[in-house]
Amino acid sequence: MELNQYIEMFIEESKEHLQACSDNLLELEKNPNDLAIVNEIFRSAHTLKGMSATMGYEDLADLTHKMENVLDAIRNEKIQVNAEILDVVFESVDHLEEMVMNIADGGDGKKDVSATVEKLKRIESGEAIQQAATTATTAAAEVAASSAVLDSALQLHYDDFEKTVILQSTEQGFNAFEIAVTLTDSCLLKAARVYMVFDILEKNGDVVKSSPTVDKLEEEQFDQDFKVALITQTDADELRSKIMKVSEVEKVSITQISNDLFVQSAVVATEEFVESVTEETALVPKAEVKKEEAQKSTSAKHAASKTIRVSIERLDILMNLFEELVIDRGRLQSIATEVNHSELNETVERMSRTMGDLQNIVLTMRMIPIETVFNRFPKMVRTLSRDLNKKINLEVIGAETELDRTVIDEIGDPLVHLIRNSVDHGIESPEIRRANGKPEEGNVTLRAYHSGNYVFIEIEDDGAGINRERVLKKAISKGIVTKESALSMSDKQINELILASGFSTAEVISDISGRGVGLDVVKTTIESLGGNISIESTEGAGSIFSIQLPLTLSIISVMLVEIEQETYAIPLSSIIETSIIKNSDILNAHNQKVIDFRGKVVPLIFLDEIFDVPRTDNNADEYHSVVIVRKGDKLAGLVVDTFIGQQEIVLKSLGDYLLNIFAISGATILGNGKVALIVDCNALMK
Amino acid sequence: MTAVDQEYLKVIVFQLADKEYAIPVANVQGIEKLMHITRVPKTREFIKGVINLRGVVTPIIDLRERFGIPVSNHEETTRIIIITLEEMEVGFIVDSANDVIDIPADAIEAQPEVVGSNEEEFISGVSKLENRLLILLHLDKVLNP
Repeated sequence: MELNQYIEMFIEESKEHLQACSDNLLELEKNPNDLAIVNEIFRSAHTLKGMSATMGYEDLADLTHKMENVLDAIRNEKIQVNAEILDVVFESVDHLEEMVMNIADGGDGKKDVSATVEKLKRIESGEAIQQAATTATTAAAEVAASSAVLDSALQLHYDDFEKTVILQSTEQGFNAFEIAVTLTDSCLLKAARVYMVFDILEKNGDVVKSSPTVDKLEEEQFDQDFKVALITQTDADELRSKIMKVSEVEKVSITQISNDLFVQSAVVATEEFVESVTEETALVPKAEVKKEEAQKSTSAKHAASKTIRVSIERLDILMNLFEELVIDRGRLQSIATEVNHSELNETVERMSRTMGDLQNIVLTMRMIPIETVFNRFPKMVRTLSRDLNKKINLEVIGAETELDRTVIDEIGDPLVHLIRNSVDHGIESPEIRRANGKPEEGNVTLRAYHSGNYVFIEIEDDGAGINRERVLKKAISKGIVTKESALSMSDKQINELILASGFSTAEVISDISGRGVGLDVVKTTIESLGGNISIESTEGAGSIFSIQLPLTLSIISVMLVEIEQETYAIPLSSIIETSIIKNSDILNAHNQKVIDFRGKVVPLIFLDEIFDVPRTDNNADEYHSVVIVRKGDKLAGLVVDTFIGQQEIVLKSLGDYLLNIFAISGATILGNGKVALIVDCNALMK
Repeated sequence: MTAVDQEYLKVIVFQLADKEYAIPVANVQGIEKLMHITRVPKTREFIKGVINLRGVVTPIIDLRERFGIPVSNHEETTRIIIITLEEMEVGFIVDSANDVIDIPADAIEAQPEVVGSNEEEFISGVSKLENRLLILLHLDKVLNP
């Protein structure tokens, strides 16, 4: 079989299963006695094993198999869950993730995991004697269980209502059939075939009942055969031939539901019922939990079944094409106003409205929940806290908050740094926390929410907070600030010193949160995304790192300005205000032209000089248009020729050939089809 | 490579001053008429700026300037050849784009020692076809300073 076409699906699904594994493992750690969770993990691992074996990734299948053995032992209550066991299982999941990533990168998914396998084996054989004795029985039990499932699957049990329905309809001359359909072994899209069969049946009559249930059928939770009770006027042969027309159906057997059969099955049902009652009394709580879980997963899967995977590339292409349309719309609109033809005007207007809706959809299609970034953190925090011997509880709020995928792609690393920082430097060790009258377990809260056109992400810890004196001392000794300027700094400014490059306050450098290179990288990354970061901290009570990010990077608001013949765009997020100044307002300070702007001395930056704009004539205007921009607390005035106005624009990169152009962060296409460059205000102010 | 590939190389032929140059068709995405070019400040002389190529911002290189040939005014025949090379998309301004032809592989020779102009380093070979001399460009070197 040609497997390459499935590899993408395999990778995606493996990632999902692994994510489910680690989520559930974390859950299990909190409730070590909840076997329903173990079952969930087991199921994910089992599917993963099957998939990887099919795809021929032996190492992956093998390790999953070993892990599954341990899970199985836990499930059968032969091993008690404890932190050590979970560590090993987590380790295995980590290895599995690496393997899958390796496959995704085009590797062969091979990895030496003998150490982990050894550990898994030891856990398994820690109960060796019991294990050996019970494997046989469990195996037998499993077989028995599965065959029981099979049996019951092939048997339809009717409740009173259904019986009445069937009886009444047979009395009225309808046929009641039990139809058993068997699909071929090689059937790949069982759910689709089921759907087709049901489609036929429903056209010919009413489906009273099916076994397994429709939900399960849709989720392909059955082997090859299923049974349906149907009330119809069509006769058996016709039905059979109709169903056989569905491809990949191997066998259809149709039996009339006679009253005899009815009685018989009813008897069987009651018998089984008695049996299961005795069993169930012991298992009630478990079964309930299971049911809930099952329901949960059903609803989750339901949602999933209504989505399709689209590659990001295609979405980008769609976006590009759409932008083309936007530009053409602009032209069309201007032509329509020139021609002034009422029908044309009407059509153009209608088209514009439709395109507005379309734009919303295209943009939201690129939004993905921040969950995709957040969901790796619980495991990370767990590992970190164990490495550091700290007790930490991570709370994630607002994981469903949606962000443009361009932002999502970039925000992962900065968040890792910040969380590591909170765990390493923020939360104290349990001893110190106890001494300070705090609970031993530290809390780290990761919060995301929308507000206006921005998304806020906060990382809050109830740790030691920032020791401002120490920070200042360090900053002065490292030459980041001078003693004099230190005196006038606000608390917030001092807090933010820890984001300056070349700064690390941890007394001992640990490999968890680097050497002070981390946090300044965080700051730069966030600023390059058009966001900013601030820190609030109370010594002894904890800190909040709060990141503000634009909702999307692909569309931003800008102020268009003109310099000679050239149009430039200045991001609105950096602009404070615009103003017109007179020549006489310009002052000279240290060879730098400055203005007095609301009592503050603001340096002027002449964009025509910075960008070497060719001048046709010497412009000696008495008035200058100035855009006041800010970077952090610093202000600057950008001198331009004229303001054109504010506009929403689509951000475009300049491509791989033009990299690192000074003070230009990208480009955009204007309504007239021309390209305008976007000014990077951060680069203009050092 | 298949036998057919070995025999022929399909190229786009274009003109710069009095010489004819060739780029493999596989690297050419399209040929455009001259359009508005937005100047990008603080870049090399020969980078004329960027254009809007159906929604993609594409950098433009003036090949005359790149090769040190005196710059002429753009005329009606002036074209922008859009080429792709390892994910990069770049447009070349040329005097005119003339032809698409198949060059027999054995008609391609290493460049003669005495071509004697600045573009020497960008040449990967020459090919003599009937009475025309085509200069094959080394795109990698044209794009990378």
